[in-house]
Amino acid sequence: MPIKDLIGKELPPFDIPIERGKIREFANAIGDDNPIYSDPAYAAREEFGGILAPPTFTATKTFWRKGESVSELTGLDPYFRLHGEEEYEYFRPILAGDVLTCKSKIAEAYERVGKRGGKMTFIVLEFTFYNPKGEKVLISRTTTIHTEGAVKN
Amino acid sequence: MGKKVFYFEDVREGDEAPPLFVANITRTHIVKYAGASGDFNPIHHDELYAIRGGNDRVFAMGMMTAGFLSHMITDWVGDGQLRKYKVRFARQVWPGDTVTCKGKITRKYTEGGKNYIEADVFAENQRAEKVITGTIVAEVLNKLAV
Repeated sequence: MPIKDLIGKELPPFDIPIERGKIREFANAIGDDNPIYSDPAYAAREEFGGILAPPTFTATKTFWRKGESVSELTGLDPYFRLHGEEEYEYFRPILAGDVLTCKSKIAEAYERVGKRGGKMTFIVLEFTFYNPKGEKVLISRTTTIHTEGAVKN
Repeated sequence: MGKKVFYFEDVREGDEAPPLFVANITRTHIVKYAGASGDFNPIHHDELYAIRGGNDRVFAMGMMTAGFLSHMITDWVGDGQLRKYKVRFARQVWPGDTVTCKGKITRKYTEGGKNYIEADVFAENQRAEKVITGTIVAEVLNKLAV
C-alpha cells in the first residue's frame, strides 16, 4: 500500500485519566521540583486551583493508547524508528483528576531520500485531547521517521 | 521553580531565559523517564540491543530532553502560560552528557486583547552541539491586568 494512503486514517479513541501520582513521578523524571506538580495545598492556592500537568505530560498516553503502533500500521521496522519532531498546542490547563478523551489520526505520511541516499518515511500522528464537556484541551503532533538503517550522529 | 511573574511590559525581543543545566545524564535519568512516560523502547535501556543497532551505548529519549527543556520554559514564562511548544530532535543525548537548556525571545505582540511572546528554545550538550531546537508561544500577563 502506498504510504500516502495512510493519511487521514483514524486510530481508536481512548480515555486518559490524569493522575496526581503520575504527574509527580513525571515531574520528578524531568527534574522539576515545582510544587505545582506535587503539593496539593500549594496548587490549590494558585491560579488553576489544583495540581497541573507539565507541558509534555501527555507523553504518558502510551499507557492508555489502543490499537496498533505506527510501525505496525505501516509495516516499517521499529528498530530503525526515530522521533523527529514533537509539537503541542495548549488550549486549556490539564489538572490532576481530569479524565481526557483522545482522538488521533495519521495527519501526514510521506517519503524522502536522506542525505546518505536511504529512504526515510515520515509519519505524523495527531492526537487531540478533549475534556468531558467536549472542549479541546490540547493537540500534540508526533513526527516519526523510519530509516532503512541505523543513523549515526 | 514555583510561582513566576513575567510581565509583558518588562520583556523585550532578544531577552534570554535563565539557562537550566542538567549535569551528567545517567542511565538512572533514562530509566526514570522510561517508567514515568511509558517509553520502553529497549534502545534507551538495553545496552546490548542499542549496540546491535550500531550505537555505542544506550541513549536518552528525545522526549526526556524535551521535558528538561520544558522545565526551563515553565520556570521562565510561568505555569500554565504556554500556548505552543514545538521541538525538533537534532542529536542523541548520551549517558555522561551535560545538557544546557536556553531560550531567547524573538517576538512580542498583542493579539485579540492578549499578550504573547515567541521564543527560540534549544538544548545543547557540553560540546555546544544542539540536541534539540524548538520554538514556543507563551501568553504573558500585563501588569495593568493583574
